[in-house]
Amino acid sequence: MTTTDAESTPAVPKIGEEILSVTSLVKHFPIRKGVLQRQVGAVQAVDGLTFNVTRGETLSLVGESGCGKTTTGRLLTRLLEPTSGEIVFEGRDISHLREGQMRPLRRDVQMIFQDPYGSLNPRHTVGKIVGAPFKLQHVKTEHGVKKAVQELLELVGLSPEHYNRYPHEFSGGQRQRIGIARTLALRPKLIVADEPVSALDVSIQAQVVNLLEDLQEEFDLTYVMIAHDLSVVRHVSDRVAVMYLGKIVELADRVDLYEKPMHPYTVALLSAVPVPDTKRKAKQERIRLQGDVPSPINPPPACRFHTRCWKAQDICKAVEPPLVELAPGHQTACHFPENQGTETPAAAVDQAKS
Amino acid sequence: MTEPIEEVQDSVQRVARGEAFLDVRDLKVHFPTDDGVVKSVDGISFKLERGKTLGIVGESGSGKSVTSLSIMGLHPPGVARISGEIFLDGQDLVQASREEVRLLRGKRMAMIFQDPLSAMHPFYTVGHQIIEAYRVHNKVSKQVAKKHAIEMLDRVGIPQPDRRVDSYPHQFSGGMRQRAMIAMALSCDPDLLIADEPTTALDVTVQAQILDLIRDLQREFNSAVIIITHDLGVVAELADDIQVMYAGRAAEYGTAEEIFDEPQHPYTWGLLGSMPRIDRERSERLIPIKGTPPSLINVPTGCAFNPRCNYAHLNGGASETDRPELLDTGNGHMVACHLSPQNRQQAWETDIKPKL
Repeated sequence: MTTTDAESTPAVPKIGEEILSVTSLVKHFPIRKGVLQRQVGAVQAVDGLTFNVTRGETLSLVGESGCGKTTTGRLLTRLLEPTSGEIVFEGRDISHLREGQMRPLRRDVQMIFQDPYGSLNPRHTVGKIVGAPFKLQHVKTEHGVKKAVQELLELVGLSPEHYNRYPHEFSGGQRQRIGIARTLALRPKLIVADEPVSALDVSIQAQVVNLLEDLQEEFDLTYVMIAHDLSVVRHVSDRVAVMYLGKIVELADRVDLYEKPMHPYTVALLSAVPVPDTKRKAKQERIRLQGDVPSPINPPPACRFHTRCWKAQDICKAVEPPLVELAPGHQTACHFPENQGTETPAAAVDQAKS
Repeated sequence: MTEPIEEVQDSVQRVARGEAFLDVRDLKVHFPTDDGVVKSVDGISFKLERGKTLGIVGESGSGKSVTSLSIMGLHPPGVARISGEIFLDGQDLVQASREEVRLLRGKRMAMIFQDPLSAMHPFYTVGHQIIEAYRVHNKVSKQVAKKHAIEMLDRVGIPQPDRRVDSYPHQFSGGMRQRAMIAMALSCDPDLLIADEPTTALDVTVQAQILDLIRDLQREFNSAVIIITHDLGVVAELADDIQVMYAGRAAEYGTAEEIFDEPQHPYTWGLLGSMPRIDRERSERLIPIKGTPPSLINVPTGCAFNPRCNYAHLNGGASETDRPELLDTGNGHMVACHLSPQNRQQAWETDIKPKL
C-alpha cells in the first residue's frame, strides 16, 4: 500500500501532504532523590527526534526495548508532555496544549494499545467501551450510539450481538479488535498503534495486520506503528524509522531500509532476525552485537551506538553524527555508513561538520 | 558425568532395546476443573537422542509448555492427571516418585523458563541460587561451588562474573538474567535441556546471542535439547526435528527441512502463511488462519483443526467425525490429517507453495 495508489475523497484533504511534523522532540523523565526531591538525573527517553508523517502513509518506529519508541508514541498522542521540541498536527502546535484544549483533538488522533487485556475495562460491556468516545466527545450519531457501535463491531470482524458482552468473554485477538473498534469510533485521521499485534498468536496476528491494512484503505488512515518485530514492520510500513537510545539512527523507505541499510545498528538488527528457512542456517552471516543496550540515564557520549559498534573509531566517541540524507529519502546518523552509493564517508563527515 | 565409555555402552543397550534417550509415549495431561476436563495434552509421542534438538511449535494453549512441565515433573500433585510413559534413559518418569524425579532435576534434566524474573528468587543472589542447585547434586564445599558458579557465569558471557555472582536478579538486565538462568540450568551438565520460549521476552539482538549460546553449549555438552516456541524462525535456527502441536495433539512431525520445505498439514501451511517473511519478496497480504484456537474443554470432534481448515470438506465428513492419527507418510515424516495424498499434494502445489 503506497501513498500514491490510495484513493482520496473530496472530504479529506489531499493524500501525500504532511499531517504531523515533529521537530527536536525531547522527553526527559527526572530522577528525584532525598527529602527535598532534588533532581539528580534524568532518563533521557527521547532525545531530539525530527521526522514528519504524510497523510495516508504508515511510518513505523522500530528499536529494542528502552529505545524510546513507546514514549514517542505517547508524546504524539499527548498522553505525555514533551520536555522540549515541537509537535505540529495539521498545522497546529500541540506540544504544550492543556488537557481541555487537547480534547477536541483526541477525535483526530487515536491510539491502539499493545496489551488487549490491560486496555479494556473489565467492568464495562463491549457496548460501553466502544461507545465511550461518542459520549466523551458529545458526538450525536444518526441512529443512536448503539447502532453506531454495532456497525463498528461489524467493521472489525466481530458480531453486533457482542454488544452486551464483557471483555473476559473474548480471546486476545478479539479483544484487540474491540480496541481497534473503539479507536475507529470517531473516524480519526492519525492512529498511533503501539505494538498492536505483538501480544497475539501468529495466526491471529495475520488477521489483525490484514484488518489494519483494510481499514487504512477504507478510511484513508495514517498510521504511526510502534513495533519491534522487523518482519511485521516490513510488511505493514511505507517508511521505517530505526531508534536507538532515544534517537533516530536511520529513517528510510521500507525497500531502501531493508535492502540497503546504512546504519550499522540497522544492519545488525536485520541480521539478527531469525529466518524460518533451514537452508540459510549454515551460510547466514550474523553480526553479533556485544552486550546490552546502555542505560538511557547515562547514555554514551557522541554516537550512542559506539559502545557496541564494530566500525567505531575515535570520531564516533567525540562527534555526534547528525541525521543526514545520504540517499534520496534515506536519512542516516552515522560517520561510517554501510551500503553507500556515491558519497564517501569523508564527504558525509564534511557534511556533518558544516 | 559418567565416563564416555559407559555412556556409549548405555546407549548401545538402549538402542538394542529400541529405546531413545528420551522416549515419550502417548502422554496425556488432563486438568479437571469446575467447567470440565481441560485436555491440555491428549496423547503425544516423540523420541529424542543426545546431541539432537527437538522443536515443539504451536500457538498458546496447544499444550507445548504442559508437555515440558510433565517431563520435568513440575505439575503439582493432585492437580493434573498424567498418563502415558516418559522414559529418560530407560527410567519411567511418570511412575517415579516425586523424590526420585527431584533427584533427576538439575543433574539429568534442566529447564530454561520464558520469564527469568519470575523463575529466579528475588531474595537470593544469582550466585546463591546457582550454588544451591550445584550442591544438591555434588558433595562440594561452598567455596568450590562458588568457583563453579563464577565459571558458569563466565561461560554464558556475563561480564565480570566474579563480581556479578553476588548480584541480585533485579540488578541484571533481561538478557543477562536469561543468561544467568541458562548458567543455572547448565551448572550440573544436564543430559536433557528443555528451553520453554527462551527468547520470547528478549530483544532481537539479545535473542541472537542466546540462540548462539544454546547451540554452542549443546555442542559442548552433547545434551538433548527440546526448544518450545511459537516463533518458526527460532526453531528453524536450532531444531533438527520439529513437532507441530495443535489443541494438545501433534499435527505434524518431521525434520526441520521437511516441515519448512514440504509441510503436509493444513495447520502448518496456515502458520507459514501467517508469518511475514523478511527473507522473501514482500507479499501484498498475509494469509491468516480463519477463526480462533479452540477451547481445550470443548475440543471440536474429529480433527480438532476442522473448523478452521480450508480443506476439511474434501474428506467426505471424516474430518468432523474421526480423529486423524499421526501416520508416517514415508521416511519418518508424520502427519495427522484425513486428506488423501493426492489431494494434499495438489493443495500444496497449487494453493500453498506459490504463496509462501
